[in-house]
Amino acid sequence: MPRMNEKVSYWMLVVPALAIMVIFYIVPVLGIWKIAFTEPETGLTNFVAMAGSNAVKTSFVITFRVAAITTIGCLFLGYIVAYAISNYSSRLTPLMVALVILPFWVSVLIRSFSWIVLLGRSGIVNDALKGAGLIESPLRLMHNELGVLIAMIHVMLPFAILPMLTNMRGISGAYVLAARSLGAGEWTAFRQVYFPQTMPGVMSGALLVFVLSLGFFVTPALLGGGRVLMISEYITYQIQEFLNWGLGSALSVGLLVATALVLLIAARFVNLRAALLERK
Amino acid sequence: MTSPILSINDAVKTYGSIRALDQVNLDVAEGEFLTLLGPSGSGKTTLLSAIAGFIKMDGGSLTLRSEDITNRPPEHRDFGMVFQGYALFPTMTVRENVGFPLKVRKKPAAEIQKKVNDALEMVQMGAFADRMPSQLSGGQQQRIALARAMSFSPQVLLLDEPLSALDKKLRADLQWELKALHNQLGVTFIYVTHDQDEALSMSDRIIILKDGSIQQQGDPNTLYNRPRNKFVADFLGKSNFIDVTVGAQTGTTLQCAAKGVAFNVETDTHNAAGSDVKLALRPERLKLGAPGEEFLPAVVKQVSYLGERCQVIVKHETLGEMLISCPTWKTDITPVAGLAVSIGWDPDAPVVLSED
Repeated sequence: MPRMNEKVSYWMLVVPALAIMVIFYIVPVLGIWKIAFTEPETGLTNFVAMAGSNAVKTSFVITFRVAAITTIGCLFLGYIVAYAISNYSSRLTPLMVALVILPFWVSVLIRSFSWIVLLGRSGIVNDALKGAGLIESPLRLMHNELGVLIAMIHVMLPFAILPMLTNMRGISGAYVLAARSLGAGEWTAFRQVYFPQTMPGVMSGALLVFVLSLGFFVTPALLGGGRVLMISEYITYQIQEFLNWGLGSALSVGLLVATALVLLIAARFVNLRAALLERK
Repeated sequence: MTSPILSINDAVKTYGSIRALDQVNLDVAEGEFLTLLGPSGSGKTTLLSAIAGFIKMDGGSLTLRSEDITNRPPEHRDFGMVFQGYALFPTMTVRENVGFPLKVRKKPAAEIQKKVNDALEMVQMGAFADRMPSQLSGGQQQRIALARAMSFSPQVLLLDEPLSALDKKLRADLQWELKALHNQLGVTFIYVTHDQDEALSMSDRIIILKDGSIQQQGDPNTLYNRPRNKFVADFLGKSNFIDVTVGAQTGTTLQCAAKGVAFNVETDTHNAAGSDVKLALRPERLKLGAPGEEFLPAVVKQVSYLGERCQVIVKHETLGEMLISCPTWKTDITPVAGLAVSIGWDPDAPVVLSED
């Protein structure tokens, strides 16, 4: 019975990972949902409080705005990098790909602190601008949304570059040459022939960055200095400072639902299977 | 030749220490089916890319109807091109692909519509206009690529090994179609291939390239029957080679001696007595007979049956192994390995190669 054996070995391979997911992820998440609906009393109290709070609303707006701007910034910069790597100097390609991946070797915490050193009141950027006589008093480069965005784009950039790079490296150079030989100038060939073929990569990069940004904690907390309160930081406040487990859990349920909604809406426009799973 | 449509003068292109094009000079006549033939690395694709404008030559010039186009970008050269992998745009339908060159030229919609229909009709693909390229077979994609390259009535059509990805039977069918299309449209075709059968069956003229320079050019018949050097004789079809020492030449009759074998050759070349030359002998011009029937005794080493023809490798004591190709339907003997036979050829069969 080879079929049976195949099935058994399939489950043998899947079960360990599945068990870890269930025990350490699914069960705790369900626990959070339970807390959200039961503390301090059973019912929708937490969600009513959440819906009525202006602070929560502001935090959700900031979260989605930061995530959206981060995504756009990462796509713009990442597209240029991915394009350059896949279309020029094949000798340097391994080095350039290594440079994209290198930041993963340094903890997000360290990278965020580095940005504080760079962007602070007497940070390197401000000192340099003052030294050059370009500004009188230091610019506010952090503890505001600008600082959060600069650091977020830096941290998220590889997540945008890698899917786009994979996509672009699979596009034969013959397409653009064909377009050129058929009468299209460089820009027209890029716009009408190359760019549409990179859309799957752009979409999967966008989705990855956006969803990761929605729940991001370390960088906004450090660079925002408490002034750019994204949802994840708001949750931390509720639980650590106010010991308000009920509202904290309700907020995380809200974030999870919002993220799921984004994926659902995205699925209407993008083939998620193709964008996230089947990379050529 | 009347004034050429396209002239390549002293084209040079080097990649590091490799000379991909080494002083290539070539005139292309209007309406001609010209084939660039050579093994990989011979410079044929480099030459086509230089004509298309995809690569910048290191030296030399390109003239289109006596206008210098050496530095003109590819989109302004007005050449259609068919690629090896077809390069149909995967995000566009067949209709959009074929209409692309017209759209970028900002033609009115009605004209685009008509020309796209005409081009698809020309390759008998009218029913497939609204499909995506990924829904078509290789042969169908090839036809669409051809329609796209022709839809804007280019001055010259460049074809880069367009049939190499297709299976043998389809390739043969498309060769007939391409040739018919060429006759019907009268457009100049420049065709790159490494396949000698393709080159022989379609071309008006073949240019044989090796190491970036032209070895020989001419119509298929001349090239096949009068190769100039060993490379051409061996690349275009197969040849047996015999090194001979030349004796006296009377008119067109040349006395030859090679390793104890003497025979006469009919040739239009002139050779000084005592010089060493190389003869090329086509396998199909060699004759196979029962022992004593032809003038050289030999033994069959190996036989390969190909249906209509039979290829036989025979060994002569001093001349070594020779390849014979004989029609299977009119041989008197059935060659098997180890059989004693005799071989021979007519005096006009060997070709005296004028260079090495």
